[in-house]
Amino acid sequence: MSLSEQQVKEIAYLARLSIDDGEVEQTTAELNNILGLMADLAKIDTQGVSPMAHPLNMSQRLREDEVSETDQFEAFQAIAPQIGQSHFLVPTVIE
Amino acid sequence: MMHKLTVAELSKGLKNKEFSSVELTEHFLARINHSDLNAFITVTDDLALNQARAADEKIANGSAGILTGIPYAHKDIFCTIGVKTSAGSKILDPFISPYDATVSHKLNSADMIMLGKANMDELAMGSSNEKSYYGPVKNPWNKNKVPGGSSGGSAAAVAGRLSPFATGTDTGGSIRQPASLCGITGIKPTYGRVSRYGMIAYASSLDQAGPLTQTAEDAALIMNVMAGFDDKDSTSVDRTVPDYTKNLGNSIEGLKIGLPKEFFSQGLDSGVAETVMAAVKEFEAMGASVQEISLPNSAYAIPTYYIVAPCECSSNLSRLDGVRYGYRCEDPKDLEDLYLRSRSEGFGPEVKRRIMIGTYALSAGYYDAYYLKAQKVRHLISEDFKKAFQDVDVIMGPVSPTTAFDLGAFKDSVSMYLADIYTLSLNLAGLPGMSIPAGFSNNMPVGLQLIGNYWSEELLLNAAHQFQGQTDWHAQMPEGV
Repeated sequence: MSLSEQQVKEIAYLARLSIDDGEVEQTTAELNNILGLMADLAKIDTQGVSPMAHPLNMSQRLREDEVSETDQFEAFQAIAPQIGQSHFLVPTVIE
Repeated sequence: MMHKLTVAELSKGLKNKEFSSVELTEHFLARINHSDLNAFITVTDDLALNQARAADEKIANGSAGILTGIPYAHKDIFCTIGVKTSAGSKILDPFISPYDATVSHKLNSADMIMLGKANMDELAMGSSNEKSYYGPVKNPWNKNKVPGGSSGGSAAAVAGRLSPFATGTDTGGSIRQPASLCGITGIKPTYGRVSRYGMIAYASSLDQAGPLTQTAEDAALIMNVMAGFDDKDSTSVDRTVPDYTKNLGNSIEGLKIGLPKEFFSQGLDSGVAETVMAAVKEFEAMGASVQEISLPNSAYAIPTYYIVAPCECSSNLSRLDGVRYGYRCEDPKDLEDLYLRSRSEGFGPEVKRRIMIGTYALSAGYYDAYYLKAQKVRHLISEDFKKAFQDVDVIMGPVSPTTAFDLGAFKDSVSMYLADIYTLSLNLAGLPGMSIPAGFSNNMPVGLQLIGNYWSEELLLNAAHQFQGQTDWHAQMPEGV
């Protein structure tokens, strides 16, 4: 499988990365070069093999639903790019 | 000469009042500030000296622990309260963490001295440390060569004796490969052994932290602090931590070593192969037995890793969007522009490539062919190891197919990915591994890789320590140090 320039633009957008028209050709070539590595995988028979989601085959640990975090409101606001009235500010979404 | 001492020796020196922690810290800070290796992103002079003064007080009043007052370099991937944690990326250049990683907390609690934050490939993606937003790190053995990556700053700092030890993280070889290329000792523990809390995630099912040191003994001392269950990391394993120094002196007579034939086939530099085999012979001379084994699916580790890791990173890095912390573009015209430009301006080219590969491999219609297939092959790779460990105690081989390469030698991603061939499979399986200095080829260090079964860090450290008792490769230093 190899990617078209149009597909690369779509993938970039899905990942919320902008890609200049001048970069599309090179990026497509680079990504296709990487995907070329993956072609070998098709050679392996994985019929009946279960996917490995976790190295230790552990299940998710559960805990009591108790408050364990302290309030760090000010510390988190202090490192934000833009705040106002206790919110993280972004450009207007709804007029 | 203090900088040439190991952590174990420094610990004795501090205890015997041969020098103070402040003297030690000033000595290393001066070395860092005169160094041209670019091993550090941030040097924390004031913080280090404050920590050293507190450590000296504890030493004076008799409440010091074994590692009180020992300085270290902290990979810039671990969150540190009040100190920039950039992970080598422009997108986190403004990020000052409001909390400490568990590893940072543990080292602080052991009264250790953070000299600064070590340089690294951007967001731990790279094998040469050339992908850092803060510029490449130089290999102390030859400044035209790379130190390896992604923990390149950590490895260069220890090899250049700018720090007695350093922390690192290893997702596909990022502790072992730079340790090998810089001629030092590094251990990647079993997945789940060291807490990932506050360690900026690259690929969460593969990432694991460990120390880079001069010796296996030092690695054992640091592992005693770093390892252990953490409630804050849902993948941390609740399992007793042994005293890793306790069995270092055990004989390795009868140790069964397996050499995977796939690790010695084409692509391996002949000088590296000879050096590795000479080290294996040394183990034989100490009473170990050696047999050939097979890891038939190991060649597939590259495509498998380069699907699994990008998939996880594309998901993990979606949080870096310019809204709550980190870099934000100038004057975004709307929310979408904010996301697109903050991320495009903030991430470097290699990170973007991996995000895009992961986004593609997880997208509808391609998931089965890429991600699901890779997770199945991952299972096969892990089964290969399981079978091998029925017959042998430790697997040995090269860490990297070559010694350190020239800065700028690799023009494209794929050729650099191929150099990760011997390290990736352990991470996919979750197994522990080490690199220890095994000799030199063309005047550059060569590492020997030791791979153990799950939770066998003690045995790996024991075998490495015994080897270091018979050889002095680990004590070699670059010229001028």
